[in-house]
Amino acid sequence: MTETTGTKGVSRRTLLKGTAGLAGLAAGSGAITGFPYVKSADAKVLRYLGTAVNEGDDISKQCLKDTGIKIEYITATTDDVTKRVMTQPNSFDVLDTEYFSLKKLVPSGNILALDAKKIKEFDNITPVFTKGETPGGKKIGNQGTAPWKVLYLEGKDSKTFSKTATEFVTLIPTVYNADTLGIRPDLIKRPISSWSELLNPEFKGKASILNIPSIGIMDAAMVVEATGKYKYADKGNMTKEEIDLTMKVMTEAKKAGQFRAFWKDFNESVNLMASGETVIQSMWSPAVTKVRSMGIPCTFQPLKEGYRSWASGFCVSKGVSGAKLEWAYEFVNWFLSGYAGAYLNRQGYYSAVLSTAKAHMEPYEWAYWMEGKPAEKDIKAPDGSLLEKAGAVRDGGSYEDRMGGVACWNAVMDENDYMVRKWNEFIAA
Amino acid sequence: MDTSEDILHQASPDLVRGSETARRSKAARLSPSFISWLQAGPMMLVFLAFFLIPLVFVVIVSFWDYNEYQLLPAFSGRGYTDTFEGCIAQLPDLCTIGKTYLMTLKLCFMVWAITLFIGFWVAYFLAFHVKSKTWQMGLSLLCTIPFWTSNVIRMIAWIPLLGRNGLVNSGLVKTGLINHPLEWLLFSEFSVVLALVHLFTFFMVVPIFNSMVRIDKSLIEAAYDAGATGFQTLVNVIIPLAKPGIVIGSIFVITIVMGDFITIGVMGGQQIAAAGKIIETRVNALQFPAAAANAVILLAITFLIITMMSRIVDIKKEL
Repeated sequence: MTETTGTKGVSRRTLLKGTAGLAGLAAGSGAITGFPYVKSADAKVLRYLGTAVNEGDDISKQCLKDTGIKIEYITATTDDVTKRVMTQPNSFDVLDTEYFSLKKLVPSGNILALDAKKIKEFDNITPVFTKGETPGGKKIGNQGTAPWKVLYLEGKDSKTFSKTATEFVTLIPTVYNADTLGIRPDLIKRPISSWSELLNPEFKGKASILNIPSIGIMDAAMVVEATGKYKYADKGNMTKEEIDLTMKVMTEAKKAGQFRAFWKDFNESVNLMASGETVIQSMWSPAVTKVRSMGIPCTFQPLKEGYRSWASGFCVSKGVSGAKLEWAYEFVNWFLSGYAGAYLNRQGYYSAVLSTAKAHMEPYEWAYWMEGKPAEKDIKAPDGSLLEKAGAVRDGGSYEDRMGGVACWNAVMDENDYMVRKWNEFIAA
Repeated sequence: MDTSEDILHQASPDLVRGSETARRSKAARLSPSFISWLQAGPMMLVFLAFFLIPLVFVVIVSFWDYNEYQLLPAFSGRGYTDTFEGCIAQLPDLCTIGKTYLMTLKLCFMVWAITLFIGFWVAYFLAFHVKSKTWQMGLSLLCTIPFWTSNVIRMIAWIPLLGRNGLVNSGLVKTGLINHPLEWLLFSEFSVVLALVHLFTFFMVVPIFNSMVRIDKSLIEAAYDAGATGFQTLVNVIIPLAKPGIVIGSIFVITIVMGDFITIGVMGGQQIAAAGKIIETRVNALQFPAAAANAVILLAITFLIITMMSRIVDIKKEL
């Protein structure tokens, strides 16, 4: 009995030894490297969290072709992007978000600034971001969370925005635009030149604004200022009294039935305008294009008080390091190298590095989108569909005129909490 | 219990007979109440893990403080005091939360009354006028067909119908019944109630139908024999016996409408306040404790309504 156990024990031990030795041998000789999981770790994959603005399939396909980096899009609304960064910072690698969220994101410590020295085209980024002026030298309005106020951090892990240029960049700029009111010229039948028209009783029951409180209140402030009721020190950072005043004007308009509906997403704004439910409303450039491509006249109306602008850019999650961080830099550098910029310009947005985007566009396209000249040929969207016939001129004209006319930027106010409560009161009124 | 013993006997009769004492102690351990607990166990665990524990978290977080970008786990009643801001100062005017709940309750009552009316008569027709079981089954299934498409699509489908230049308005204008399109058809309380009734009437039909088919037909015959009119039979026999179904259906509809913010948002053009909408706005602004406080308030009010309803009918007894 004892003997058997002994023998058994020995044989088991021998077996174990043998197996371990074999495994060691295999590992040493490199025989194990053929395992699939090792291979998949070699593929360069970046999880890209952002809104749908930049997330074109063509962009990710071209990126894979040029750099071998596979982009996995995680698409969410602006609010949800911020929520996700706060609550699940490890669920993404690259973040594409708006500058105004930085006031929330940077103090949370969940994102990492990028190193300007590693961005090849950083010095070629449009002065709109770095100096707050157009390439032609026009000063841009700095109310709200203007990108140059929050572009740099004081140090690598700093949570303070630097007033002067440093190498630690919060968001590497990618895309931006100047927003204004969209109108139906066929139904309004007269020229519109001021934000105050949004509350003109002439359009009772046919107006609309954005139902995202932080952006909606900026549009409201543009209207209040245009009517001459009040002049804000900073529309993007109101005092409690200013919030009360703005919401009071809007509440009176709402009670009088001025608004047909408020909209929250791209498609809602397109449907309201296309169906004729509204004839004047705050809108985004591609939404105007979409209405027009349905054969319905719609103008992205430049107004004398100027535009409300927004901008987004790239940073990475705090969990990204090592090789992945290098791929992130490679991706951001690729994004600024022209293909993506041209793609965005053709949708009516603006790219951060103008020179590289220009190299990827036909001269007639550049003349139409960026120089405000009449289209020499038919203008086509990135997917090849017809946007404008030859001879058309872009609403608002050139880059200089549109970006130079920006009055304020999307913002998060210091009194954000109070503003949100007032917004709920406005909806309940 | 019997079944398990039978199985034991069949499997190894000798073993069972041989260890009588062991069997007895085992039987004592597997008492009927233990087995009922065992049967209810899985559901209880799911309930605990995915409902009760998260709910406890919501209540805890509702008493936390917050800033622009994070929760501060220190006791604070701010979520609640902010919510009831101005409720005393603004009297006799209603504060935001007061107005919001007034609107929510108003919509809730309208939707409840209409779904109950329609649901009751649909169920009545199915239970008493359709004689064959096959037809009853077939027609009930017919009621479920709209559910093959998603909630959102059924809701959005109303918009092109009711719009200013929609089918209804252009039809009415063409027939000369009206000169100008009716604005109140869309983005109004009317369109919200219409969409909610359309979405949720079926939740009324099913439980009421279920109660009605279980009514003993001889009771109705007896009522007729005793000289009751159709109306008297309905009020004195059918409605009392269908009460559990009515209450269950009402609980379904009321709880859904109280928490709804999507349908109210889309059909109301985002201009109509809803209790759920306040929570959504707060969550989107990353003000989680305030959102949690509003969720607790909503839960308390909904719970109050349901408690009141179950006072009218003891559902446990009736089932």
